[in-house]
Amino acid sequence: MKRWLFLAALLVVAGYLISGGVWLHPFGEPARSEMDRFFIENAQKEVAANNVVTSIVFDYRGYDTLGEATVLFAAVVGVALLLRKVKG
Amino acid sequence: MSVIVRTISRVVAPVALAFGAYVIMHGHLTPGGGFQGGAVVASVVALLVVAFGAERWKKWIKVLLPLEDTAALAFVILAFLGVGATFFRNVLAGSGGLFGAPVPQPGPNPGALNTAGTLPLMNWAVGFKVLAGLGAVVLLLALFGREDG
Repeated sequence: MKRWLFLAALLVVAGYLISGGVWLHPFGEPARSEMDRFFIENAQKEVAANNVVTSIVFDYRGYDTLGEATVLFAAVVGVALLLRKVKG
Repeated sequence: MSVIVRTISRVVAPVALAFGAYVIMHGHLTPGGGFQGGAVVASVVALLVVAFGAERWKKWIKVLLPLEDTAALAFVILAFLGVGATFFRNVLAGSGGLFGAPVPQPGPNPGALNTAGTLPLMNWAVGFKVLAGLGAVVLLLALFGREDG
């Protein structure tokens, strides 16, 4: 019984993986490219930054960077709390 | 570590520090940015810990942890600068003041350091945050479990 369950689950997962690989979207042909175009055409004018990636990270999507900074902050605080020297 | 490792570390560490500072400073012009440059500088901390032992750098934890908090605070304050329009609004871009110059010409260009508004300042904030945070984590992990840690 257990073995058949395992085999069925294996077949389903393998089927998903193989079909995902077969019907993979071709590289370099994004389905929607309006946003990419917007960033490429307007980032230098609006943010005045040559590095479009940085202008997205710190300007257009600053919230994401804030979250990333929060994650790092929480990790450092956690390490400092766990590994601090305890008296006695 | 041996004399060879310590000597090579003395040569490599300043160069790596300068490279990390360069990556942070030119985050708005070249690939990289605050996070990447901070990670480069934190790797210098790891190199020094491996080469010279962690005890020697123990008192730096007291410097690095407040530095991380200060940099995180500076990042949030920079984000709040534009709160009149929207959070994370780039108020300094194109204003003519600090980092306020426009891009020399649209399209490919060598770039000018005095551009991009709040982006370089945020790069500095995130860079200091990452170098202090990762450096402190490396030091804390290296010192963990020692009698004199």
